[in-house]
Amino acid sequence: MASAIPPPAISAVAPALGSRAKTYRVALVGNPNTGKSTLFNALAGMNVRTGNYPGVTIEKKIGRCRFGDVSIDLVDLPGTYSLAPRSPDELVAVEVLTGGVSGETPVDAIVVVVNATILQRNLFLLSQVLELGKPTILALNMVDAAGARGISIDVNQLSRNLGIPVVATTASKRAGVVQLEEAIVELIENSHLRDEHDQAAQAHEDRPLPEGFYRTCEWLRTELISKACVDVANPKTNRGTTDAMPDEYLIQRIVLDRGGEAERRAVRRLGAAVLPPINAARAQLSQEFGDSVEMECSARYAWARRKLAGVLASESNANRTWTDRLDAVLTNRVFGMFFFVALMFLIFQFIYSWASIPMDLIDGATGFATEFVESMMAPGMLRSLITDGVIAGVGGVLIFLPQIALLFFFLAVLEDCGYMARAAFLVDRLMTIFGLSGKSFLPLMSSFACAVPGVMATRVIENRRDRIATIMVAPLMSCSARLPVYLLLIAAFFPATTYLGGWLSLPAMVLMGMYTVGIVSAIPVAWILKKTLLRGEVAPFVLELPEYKVPSGRVIFQRVWEASEAFVIRAGTLIFAASIVIWFAGYWPGDHTRQFALQSSMESLDQEAPQRSALSAEYKAQSAALLEGSLLGRIGKVIEPVVRPLGWDWKIGVGAVASFPAREVIIATLGTIYSLGGDVDESDEGLVGAMRDATWPDGRPVYGPAVALSLMVFFALCAQCVSTLLVIKRETNSWLWPVISFTYMTVMAYVGALVTFQIASRIL
Amino acid sequence: MTTLDQLLPGQRAEIIRIDGFDAVASRLREMGFVPGQPIEFLRKAPLGDPLKCSVQGTRIAVRSGEARRVCIEIR
Repeated sequence: MASAIPPPAISAVAPALGSRAKTYRVALVGNPNTGKSTLFNALAGMNVRTGNYPGVTIEKKIGRCRFGDVSIDLVDLPGTYSLAPRSPDELVAVEVLTGGVSGETPVDAIVVVVNATILQRNLFLLSQVLELGKPTILALNMVDAAGARGISIDVNQLSRNLGIPVVATTASKRAGVVQLEEAIVELIENSHLRDEHDQAAQAHEDRPLPEGFYRTCEWLRTELISKACVDVANPKTNRGTTDAMPDEYLIQRIVLDRGGEAERRAVRRLGAAVLPPINAARAQLSQEFGDSVEMECSARYAWARRKLAGVLASESNANRTWTDRLDAVLTNRVFGMFFFVALMFLIFQFIYSWASIPMDLIDGATGFATEFVESMMAPGMLRSLITDGVIAGVGGVLIFLPQIALLFFFLAVLEDCGYMARAAFLVDRLMTIFGLSGKSFLPLMSSFACAVPGVMATRVIENRRDRIATIMVAPLMSCSARLPVYLLLIAAFFPATTYLGGWLSLPAMVLMGMYTVGIVSAIPVAWILKKTLLRGEVAPFVLELPEYKVPSGRVIFQRVWEASEAFVIRAGTLIFAASIVIWFAGYWPGDHTRQFALQSSMESLDQEAPQRSALSAEYKAQSAALLEGSLLGRIGKVIEPVVRPLGWDWKIGVGAVASFPAREVIIATLGTIYSLGGDVDESDEGLVGAMRDATWPDGRPVYGPAVALSLMVFFALCAQCVSTLLVIKRETNSWLWPVISFTYMTVMAYVGALVTFQIASRIL
Repeated sequence: MTTLDQLLPGQRAEIIRIDGFDAVASRLREMGFVPGQPIEFLRKAPLGDPLKCSVQGTRIAVRSGEARRVCIEIR
């Protein structure tokens, strides 16, 4: 890689081994649409670990790399326009840079990635980063695009003006990446030579905001220290004022951002006593400079213009680029909408049809593994654990992978080529019905295939409250796992009557009704959430529409890889554990000796042997009895009084409880319980017949259209999918949201099913 | 005072000020809506909202509620 690093004079000076062995931390910061992820991938390659910062939803992404003989942990932060934290999440992003996150090593250097085609706007963020006083490099990315637009940039002049190293890069073509690596190494090693005094002196040179502002901040700092001392007696803040004390940069933010997160946290940690000095500082500032927000922005843009003096030369003022021409078509009133609908339809058609191929393979492999184990082991508890617990659990995790990989492939393509922002632009109006924004459309649309990738896709929504509201309603979109349940019940209880000369059929209307129930109920849920738990200022919808470009294969591959890895490793392990627990609940307690003996004799017999059907019938009856006596069956019986008003008997209750890990499990459970064996599917004649024949003790039939509707409405609204709940846990980084999801959906499903049954049983 | 949402597609103006000091106003300012900047109204979304405009060399979509915060002077 970078063997071209000039042998730094430092190596002789630096304490020989100590500093060599150290891993440095370098953060990557930049606006959205600057090619920051592409640059991160080019620098870090595949060696990337992801996780969450404690207590917040922002993703922690660290690439371990070696630049020459220096090892670097490259920290990628979410794209942002500003370092003015308005939420706990944004505050964590700032604190990763300042070193305020507990358990995190402070960063040694910061790389600010800017889009060379819109340099002035991008320097706004740089001016804030420079206030942090850390060694900083500017990566001037997309210089090729700037060149194509006739913008030429004097890199050396810019570096002199800013007083920091500037490296021109085109990350998509990996141009300038080696130079950037060298510059990072040089900066880190030099910063150890310069003493702090030098660095501070440099940071104070031509600061963006008026000197009076910095003096006010200094004054506030001393005030806060004295005020905080009063509170040291308070055990809550007794962990030491140095910990709770905001650093220099956060003091600036406290003064500038009224109602911002820096202020909120200072009050939380230091007590309300800090408010009077904060207000005094603000009052003094506004007296001197007018409003602080206005002052900051104007001053920073003025600073950016100053720093660009003699740097930019623009040949032509090509206002209408081909992006504008493409936009005229793709956001056109008629064609734009048509293209959008057609594209969405195509994507979901692809996900449906393409994913089914690997999904069938995974299904086949699971079946093969089960058969293999069955041929190697005699029936027994261990075999049941391996086949029905372990193999079913692994299969249950892997079965989601094809859909996740395909969806993320399409999302990455749409995002990277620039169309995603246009899609949000087109449908934003529609999504305001849900109190959400255009960015929620794709995650919700994806949830019709499966809520698991849908919830993961909400990462494109940068506003935390919008993102969580989207996650909360995503499982209400009827996913493909509900379809078998709908199909079974519709086929069994709704005759294929047609209306309007064959244009409308009853089964199709019922099916559409089930999808509608989910969508319509999402509206009040999102509305209530935004008024209660997710209350707050309306999220600004100020969306940059980037230039269209050819998507990068590396970026797409990386996105698909990360999503798949995150799902299998971090959600998959939990899903696997849950399926073992559910296996146990269906197995224990109960004496399985007879069942295993029947199984053995069946397996020793020929497929065609005449005794087989008798054995099989007894085996199925045994299985039904064991399930009835198991923990799961007992729970089903205990809850029977609860599900009676829905028109259900205890067998349906057991089915509903057993299908907690995944809705489609109800079919196999009903199959077992009606002594048909667990390998029935939704088109099984025997199961349909058994359901039609099922009666209450007094002889009335259990099932009818009203019960079928109540069961379908329950499944449309319930949270019976452990994978979704665990992915919500992983994506929100908290157990609170999966618990809320499960609770509200179960309550809503119950009430929905109750109302449906009570009304339907009277009119049908 | 004329505001951004009152412009016709293709019309250019200069930003005079941004109303308000909440998250929306701050976001607009951070994204380059600052006094003195030229701005061009490009088009409305097919459903009538949001609006697309060009400021500081980038295309930015804002909802009309946000556009009403942007006070301008038509050139």
